[in-house]
Amino acid sequence: MATDPAPLPQQSRGILTPKTPAPNFTLNATPDQKVSLSDLRGKPVVLAFYPADWSPVCGDQMALYNEILPEFHRHQATLIGISVDGAWCHAAFAANRKLHFPVLSDFEPKGAVARAYGAYRPIDGTTERALFVIDEQGLIYWSYLSPVGVNPGADGILEALESLSKRRVA
Amino acid sequence: MTTGQSRVARLVLPVGERDHVQGPSDAQATLVEYGDYECPFCGQAYPIIKAVQRHLGRRLRFVFRNFPLAEMHPHALKAAIAAEAAGAQGQFWPMHDLLYENQDALDERSLTRYAESLRLDLERFRSELRAETYASRVQEDFMSGVRSGVNGTPTMFVNGVRHDGPWDAESLTEALIATAHTRTG
Repeated sequence: MATDPAPLPQQSRGILTPKTPAPNFTLNATPDQKVSLSDLRGKPVVLAFYPADWSPVCGDQMALYNEILPEFHRHQATLIGISVDGAWCHAAFAANRKLHFPVLSDFEPKGAVARAYGAYRPIDGTTERALFVIDEQGLIYWSYLSPVGVNPGADGILEALESLSKRRVA
Repeated sequence: MTTGQSRVARLVLPVGERDHVQGPSDAQATLVEYGDYECPFCGQAYPIIKAVQRHLGRRLRFVFRNFPLAEMHPHALKAAIAAEAAGAQGQFWPMHDLLYENQDALDERSLTRYAESLRLDLERFRSELRAETYASRVQEDFMSGVRSGVNGTPTMFVNGVRHDGPWDAESLTEALIATAHTRTG
């Protein structure tokens, strides 16, 4: 008897959009340290999914955000990078690039968090280049899916954080 | 706010008086580079941009802005300040060229040596380098780049739009010509 195979949890049908509650997760930041999104409630969070550590350019996306970190902090935002690389790989990458923010391993089950955000690329087995700004209440405030070959920079994130800061004041 | 699906990264700080510019102000095409003196890819771009400049001549205006990735490149910020300090004495471009031609020697002693070879007022140069006199200007360049969507170094803007394609001389020249404005009047 032929039955349709069960659909995959969530493929790249589009990333989560604003006003959607940001799915919670707990992932390894280092081999012995975990970070939960719910622990960061009350301040904005920037989630940057990226395909892989060690992209062969100077000032790759994570290194760029590392340089701009003070700007994110000015808006009280916590920056988090996420890819499917393992925690030991991230540890080496973070040390090499002198990253001052956590990069999390969406490693087991592979890409589960990326799938929950609609930011998994089954064709490559990596995450998309997708950005999310999550507000103080844990709702997605802004999201952006970049072509996987194009590093999106930080201008969109900063605009979203500024707009969020204004909302807070208003 | 909405979910953006296709952002076009544009230069938010127009080319103006504050910039270091080569080529006529009414050139048909403008190339803006955000660069880091210690970045090897910017080092690769350096002779390519020279070639594009030779090819397009007076049709091209070239602007260099600082984007030092200081966490990654320990000498990048000092080198950027050195170029600005040379600029304050009218020698920005010669220093810019020296830095890219000597990327492996950007320590303070080397920077001073380059200043000497350009016959700068050394006392002023040294004190401005130490005091990081032009750090705020470098930071201004940097932030204008961030806000324009600079996503690494080098990032080029071709006639005001971030150039995401390849930047060999031929591709850059083509892109510059394709979007150049035709002179009116």
